[in-house]
Amino acid sequence: MPDITASALAAQVFTGLVLGMIFVLLAIGLSLIFGLMTVVNFAHGSLYMLGAYFGVFLFGYTKDFWISLVVAPLMVGTLGLCIERFLIRRLYGRSPDDPLLLTFGLSLIIVEAARMIWGKIGLTLDPPRALGGAVNLGFMNFPAYRLFVIVITIGVLIGLWLFLERTNVGLIIRAGSRDPLMVRALGIDLSRIWLLVFGIGTALAGLAGILAGPMRGVYAEMGVTMVIESFVVIVVGGMGSLVGAVVAGLLMGQVVGLTTFFAPKLAEIMVFITMAVVLLVRPSGLFGEAGLLE
Amino acid sequence: MRGALRSTGDWVATHPVAAFLIFFAIFPFLVPYRALATQVLIFGLFALGFNLLYGYTGLLSFGHAAYYGLGAYGAGILLAKLHVASIWAALGAGLCLAGLGGAVIGFFCLRRRGIYFAMLTLAFAQLLYFIGFHLADWTGGDDGLRGIPQLKLGFPGFAVRLESPIAFYYFCFVLVGLAVAILKRILDSPFGTVLQAIRENSDRAVACGYDINRVKLLSFVFSAMFAGLAGALDALRLTVVPIESLYWTTSGQVVMMTLLGGAGTFFGPFVGAATYLVLEDRLSAFTESWPLVIGAIFSAFVLFLPRGIWGTLIGGFHGRQSA
Amino acid sequence: MNRRSFLTTTALAAASFGFPAVLRAQSKDPIRIGCPLPLTGPFGALAADMQRGAQLAEVELNAKGGILGRKVEVLFRDDQLKPAVGAQRTQELIEKEKCQFIVGGLAAHVQMAINEQTKKSKVLFVSTSQSDEISAKPDTSPITFHEALNPTITSRAVGNWVADNLGKKWWIIYADYAWGKQNNAVLQEVLKKKGGTVLGSTPYPLGSAEFSAHLPKIQAAKPEVLMTVTPGADNIAFLKQAISYGMKKEMKIAQPLHWIAYGKEGGPDLYADIYAGINFYWELQDTIPQAKRYVEAFQKKFNIPPGDYSCYAYSGCLEVARGAELAKSTDSDKVADALRKNPVYDHYKGKEWWRTCDNKAMQDMWILKGRDKLKGEWGIYDIVSRIPANEEYDRTCAEKGLA
Repeated sequence: MPDITASALAAQVFTGLVLGMIFVLLAIGLSLIFGLMTVVNFAHGSLYMLGAYFGVFLFGYTKDFWISLVVAPLMVGTLGLCIERFLIRRLYGRSPDDPLLLTFGLSLIIVEAARMIWGKIGLTLDPPRALGGAVNLGFMNFPAYRLFVIVITIGVLIGLWLFLERTNVGLIIRAGSRDPLMVRALGIDLSRIWLLVFGIGTALAGLAGILAGPMRGVYAEMGVTMVIESFVVIVVGGMGSLVGAVVAGLLMGQVVGLTTFFAPKLAEIMVFITMAVVLLVRPSGLFGEAGLLE
Repeated sequence: MRGALRSTGDWVATHPVAAFLIFFAIFPFLVPYRALATQVLIFGLFALGFNLLYGYTGLLSFGHAAYYGLGAYGAGILLAKLHVASIWAALGAGLCLAGLGGAVIGFFCLRRRGIYFAMLTLAFAQLLYFIGFHLADWTGGDDGLRGIPQLKLGFPGFAVRLESPIAFYYFCFVLVGLAVAILKRILDSPFGTVLQAIRENSDRAVACGYDINRVKLLSFVFSAMFAGLAGALDALRLTVVPIESLYWTTSGQVVMMTLLGGAGTFFGPFVGAATYLVLEDRLSAFTESWPLVIGAIFSAFVLFLPRGIWGTLIGGFHGRQSA
Repeated sequence: MNRRSFLTTTALAAASFGFPAVLRAQSKDPIRIGCPLPLTGPFGALAADMQRGAQLAEVELNAKGGILGRKVEVLFRDDQLKPAVGAQRTQELIEKEKCQFIVGGLAAHVQMAINEQTKKSKVLFVSTSQSDEISAKPDTSPITFHEALNPTITSRAVGNWVADNLGKKWWIIYADYAWGKQNNAVLQEVLKKKGGTVLGSTPYPLGSAEFSAHLPKIQAAKPEVLMTVTPGADNIAFLKQAISYGMKKEMKIAQPLHWIAYGKEGGPDLYADIYAGINFYWELQDTIPQAKRYVEAFQKKFNIPPGDYSCYAYSGCLEVARGAELAKSTDSDKVADALRKNPVYDHYKGKEWWRTCDNKAMQDMWILKGRDKLKGEWGIYDIVSRIPANEEYDRTCAEKGLA
């Protein structure tokens, strides 16, 4: 049992916060896509990985981290648009399991393609010099880059909230996940909205990837465990609920962080035990609506 | 010629078990090496179990590796750690452990439907994986369970040696054939009809007065037991039980095989297992990027040939799915 | 001549025509060495290195006329880093391709599954994977040979050197699986014998890549040396994070092994001043003639210097050939006996020998330190010390369950 000083605990909470932020970005994308389209995007982890790889590629060209940070998610989002438009759209009207199966197949293709293009060893993505040092938070020296990740994610979340709450498109998205039939009856073409949502959701995954790259390294397998854990997050939060995605993502970050501190061997299992416990108490997840999405 | 083909097709449709037995009796001589034939049989059985749940009952389980793994570890632990020197006991232990796992996990997962159900099965399988990983004293952890002895198959009065690939193949063949026959009985029974009713329209099945929760759970348990038998046989084949047996990639494999072959068809699982395994065997000798090829083929099937190879073939013959 | 004698004579004549053909066919049949490796998956780069070593061995053997006058073919298969697949590929190599020997395996758990198949089929297997178990009961067998280093040898050698040269107050962080746990246990044992203190020891889930949760704890304890048992991509992720927390300035960092592929990937930014052990580094060509020969031949064929893992496959294949020549046979038992009776060899770095009770290769290793600046494209490390081969670094055969 390590010394449980207040500062050590605070340090752990902060590191769990960063972890949670990455989960939140992934979970929001997944939940958006599922909430509106009832599509479980198994390729989400591989798109997260692509965000990191695109980041390295762009950085190689532009030598500018900030440009890469903006453009890489856009590239992933564009790929997401193509996937929805040309592949997933063909599956509407068929069994709801089919998109899950298709995106599972896609994930295999994407991961292998990354290995073919960028090689078998991973690549390195460095954070910009400005964020290279540490910030003194009083109780610990916290790496500036991780602070940046927290700040950026909060910014993105605020932007997303504003988009969904204050714009017409956002209104349609919210309505469409509530009652797609009604929205169509009102004469609104949902297929464009689906395209947009899939693009946004996958772009968020790409953003998570390029943010994670400097912390953990960039390699083809990086999305493989993340996708499973992200699924657990949205199941805990309530599939289709964005508030749930945020809460559950942060919660999972803390769960992993604190378990690592107190009982490192249980860290992986804790994620699933948390899910089991939550589902026993609230079968639809913390914020899911019972009966609507089942 | 067409008439002969059609009447063979008809015969196969009406006598699926016999057709299976005949084909797989000669199968080892149709493939490049015997061990591949055994692998096809065992994974075909695994896919058969999965297909009962997905193809016939309409429930997509993305965590079926759990029952395959439980079957493998059940057999392996009995042989390697508890030193019980009987193949029959090992198979029985694997079957029971897998069935138990199916009952417990099924009970929890079946409370939800659709995608939630699939996610829950995945999560429970991962939980089992991590437990297996850490209970290294029993399971060998990530090194795998080793020390499984090669025993003779005991009968009253005599014993059969299973060392040669051919002998082991026919041992598996008998057991898998039995399983196939049992599956046919299940599907032909009233229980089997209710299963398919659930797949078609579960609300209607409820309205007709069937206790679909009990039926779903039973289907889950049967499905788990088929997978468990496959796992137990694989433990004997490899004489190790790798921890990957419980990992979600194994679940993904059986999903792919079933879909490639044709979900909801009788022979689909075996056609799919054979296709997948032979493809993997031949492709990996040529290119290191074979996962991309397999992923592309699978995706193409989901998009364009959702009924799988066998499903499309018999759809063409009869216009309905029967065999 | 009646019909029967005509037929008999014809048959005999035909047979006698065929007989030398059969003999010729037998002597012309190539000798096949099967080589299962994780060509796809996270260790693909290491596997590719190993593949090159085996390919070089194949070329060199055939240039000398093959084994017993027969051409040598090395057949590579992808085991996907999965035991079940490794076992299946091995069965294919033995049953379909009729390989007489198997050399390979990179991951511990995969090579044990491979070993089960080679034991069953009575085919000689030279394992090229880091593993403590492969040369011990219940896995080992008279035809199972282990060419690579194992965690016990590595951590005893490196641990002793670190305790003598870098400090005696350690913190160990290790991946929570067999290889990690073994290294951790051995390092602790070594430090205690040297009178040092293990301030703490942290397991983490293999492949988790998120270490920030552990680092504040380690910094607070102020160890002299941080021993990092972090394989594969974790190695890079961990060093990145530790450095970002300022830990390189606060303590010395050492690991049981350097992997040249990762050293190249991470570069001096990560690996400067990091100490670790290794079985081979190409700059040894400056001091060891066999190394110079190997490096030059490898460089000529592949345009890059050999990595650490290439040597295991190279040596493994050459040993199989040497054993077959000595035994004048490709029968696995005879070859194994021949190797045990003539255990000393030297293919790329100096004298190695097989310990006869467990078929374990005893070999030199070196301590390397990452340079601040690369010397040329591949000059990643300084050679700090040589650790000569020593049977005491491994467990005794009694400890392994063998007489």
